[in-house]
Amino acid sequence: MMRKILFALLFSFAAPFSWAGGGGELDSVDIDLRDREALQRGAEAFVQYCLNCHSAAYMRYSRLMQDLGIDEARLKERLLFAGDKPGDTMKVAMDPKRAKAWFGTAPPDLSVIARARGEDWLYTYLRSFYLDPERPWGVNNRIFKDVGMPHVLWRLQGLYRPVIETDENGHERIIRLEQVEAGLLSPEEYDAFVRDLVAYLVYMGEPAQFQRMQLGPWVLLYLFVLLGVLYVLKKEYWKDVH
Amino acid sequence: MSNMLSGFMDWVNDRFPLKELWENHLTKYYAPKNLNFWYYFGSLAFLVLVIQIVTGIFLAMSYKPAADLAFGSVEYIMRDVNWGWLIRYMHSTGASFFFIVVYLHMFRALLYGSYKKPRELLWIVGMFIFVLLMAEAFLGYLLPWGQMSYWGAQVIISLFGAIPYIGEDLALWIRGDYVVSDVTLNRFFSFHVIAVPLILVGAVVIHLMALHHVGSNNPDGIEIKKKKGPDGVPLDGIPFHPYYTVKDLVGVAVFLIIFSIVVFYAPEMGGWFLERDNFLPADPLKTPEHIAPLWYFTPFYAILRAVPDKFLGVVAMGAAIVVLFLLPWLDRYQVKSIRYRGPVYRVALAVFVVSFIGLGYLGTIPATPVATFFARLFSVLYFLFFLLMPFYPRWDKVRPEPERVTK
Amino acid sequence: MSGEVDKRRRQALIATAGVVGGAGVVAALVPFVESMEPSAKAQAAGAPVEVDISKLAPGEELTVEWRGKPVWVLRRTPRMLKTLEEVRDQLKDPESKQSIQPEFARNEHRSLKPEYLVVIGICTHLGCAPTFRPDEAPADLGPQWKGGYFCPCHGSRYDLAGRVMKGSPAPTNLVVPPYRFLSDTRLLVGAETESA
Repeated sequence: MMRKILFALLFSFAAPFSWAGGGGELDSVDIDLRDREALQRGAEAFVQYCLNCHSAAYMRYSRLMQDLGIDEARLKERLLFAGDKPGDTMKVAMDPKRAKAWFGTAPPDLSVIARARGEDWLYTYLRSFYLDPERPWGVNNRIFKDVGMPHVLWRLQGLYRPVIETDENGHERIIRLEQVEAGLLSPEEYDAFVRDLVAYLVYMGEPAQFQRMQLGPWVLLYLFVLLGVLYVLKKEYWKDVH
Repeated sequence: MSNMLSGFMDWVNDRFPLKELWENHLTKYYAPKNLNFWYYFGSLAFLVLVIQIVTGIFLAMSYKPAADLAFGSVEYIMRDVNWGWLIRYMHSTGASFFFIVVYLHMFRALLYGSYKKPRELLWIVGMFIFVLLMAEAFLGYLLPWGQMSYWGAQVIISLFGAIPYIGEDLALWIRGDYVVSDVTLNRFFSFHVIAVPLILVGAVVIHLMALHHVGSNNPDGIEIKKKKGPDGVPLDGIPFHPYYTVKDLVGVAVFLIIFSIVVFYAPEMGGWFLERDNFLPADPLKTPEHIAPLWYFTPFYAILRAVPDKFLGVVAMGAAIVVLFLLPWLDRYQVKSIRYRGPVYRVALAVFVVSFIGLGYLGTIPATPVATFFARLFSVLYFLFFLLMPFYPRWDKVRPEPERVTK
Repeated sequence: MSGEVDKRRRQALIATAGVVGGAGVVAALVPFVESMEPSAKAQAAGAPVEVDISKLAPGEELTVEWRGKPVWVLRRTPRMLKTLEEVRDQLKDPESKQSIQPEFARNEHRSLKPEYLVVIGICTHLGCAPTFRPDEAPADLGPQWKGGYFCPCHGSRYDLAGRVMKGSPAPTNLVVPPYRFLSDTRLLVGAETESA
């Protein structure tokens, strides 16, 4: 059996960058990591809505002060849970076994989720929940079929129902989602909210990216100077040969 | 001061052949004066080896080779260790650049017949290094313990299972478990950080010794040692130091610029150097939807997939590498360099390059019927390039080699 | 080989390349050297520790961990404080001149408040953990013993302020870590000032 599975694996693949997460076109999102305020809003949204079930076990709160310019008072007031210290990582108290019983699968750690899924997928995913009475939480997702996660953000987004079209072969297909109950935010506000959250997830996937971008130009500047000097040196010596 | 220094050098030279080594390998090692662009990649491969060893030593200080800790320890390196992100990206980028450099280095040999007499052994040792490098890359790829690490290792190890009679036991022995597990990770770590690098460095030393014994080939493919001046120095030779040290340093600077652009601005290289699925922790119960090896293995992987039989596929993949070892004896041309070979070789080499790159691309995409057709076509062309090689000289128009190197 | 070789130009170029290249090598070493410094995880684990001392009775000691080291908090009785004067002439460094402590603890009782002693419980000799022996003149330590810390590894003796006795192999007094009182019953080990 194992052999058969492995053999099948040998014959299945794709370009390494394509993520086919279960059908559907992805909406592209334009995030700007230089917008620290957006990242701060995203961080607060993450702590408020995601961090109850999902951990980010490799991310330290103190990094938010360092990278996003959040001061300690604000960190303690708005982001830290009681008993957590700034040096702690974003762990959750929920027991993975009970979580598995509730959701069918343990909520994954989100530290590097943006690097695994990509920003467009996350942006689309969080905007693709729709009412589906057959699912345990009453919702399903257009790009992640039969997802175990409830629509945590429904109060903000409101509720949507699918508009289904049947094609000539009799296959049913969701062509779009239609709002049936308004949320606290307008659709535009909700999109902006999700964009900030996704921006934060992208940052959290690789907090070092700020340092990387900052250091890069200096390293390259140095290397071009070095190249110049070495090139002149080479020219000088090779006069003997030519 | 200078007296003291020369006194000390004399003291050392009486006890260790430092001066002799310096002269034999640098100041009195005569390299052809017409070496061109393609000759940068030897020294660059050495540079990447050094980068990989140094960054590897520092990564091993914080990495944990245990199934429940490995993924987290890589993120620990990326976040908590000072400069850990830089060291890790240098290592992951270095892995891909190693193959880029080595493939170009090998292509140079195909251009100028560098594997032909008297350099057969030099080529064989080089091929041995290439195989070790593939082993090293494969072993190292398991260590981040992501989904691609895990399932890639599962698939590749199971290839050994295709060997008749002993295959399944062999695969079990390699894993040390019924599936890839903590045990496998631990032993791969050991092989990756000490066993293979040790042999690799030894093989590189032998490669360089063999090179300095026979001397470098050159784009004209003629032996500069045949024409020597009254002082015994080849007329077309120049001392490696200072001429090629200063030239190779220019190559190093250009290389570091390209390397740094990737490290600082595109460490994932759009998924080619660091794959997306590898940011999901290994899950033995859930296979990713698409498994493809990293780009440097895909030409051979495509050959494997092109054969509709497990055992024969493995044989074909192995043969694709073994045939490279035989190159010095398959090539029956009287001249070495492509410059003096005729259109037959030029076309054959062009077809080979297209096939190799084509296979590399096909190895990354799903095996649709069209893709499989092309993979089979390119696989056949890949092997034909080598198998027809003994006949090229009969069909080809060969021009006479010059007496002395040309510019 | 044609033309004159300008040796001075070559030397100048070699020197320039050496300086620029050397500077690059040194700069490239920095990340590797710094990567061996304590990581963010180690720093977080080494952050100041809050200690609740409200339940500590006179004469009792509690141990907390700070930066992986045991830190003892001893609430001294008036009798204990009195022994500090009695053992004075037996001490190697009674004024704590050679020893490591925050400036505020360079005194007879080696502490911020005389009642509370806060020291790192690692013998300054070879790093063993001394044992707390408050009993006076026990059989094994002799009639001179007024209470203190005794290191079982090589027999170093310290008084109840962590000061080392003459004849001990340990060179200096026990180290006092930085600390401050957040309130009468809460102690912060690892930081002297607000910002640290």
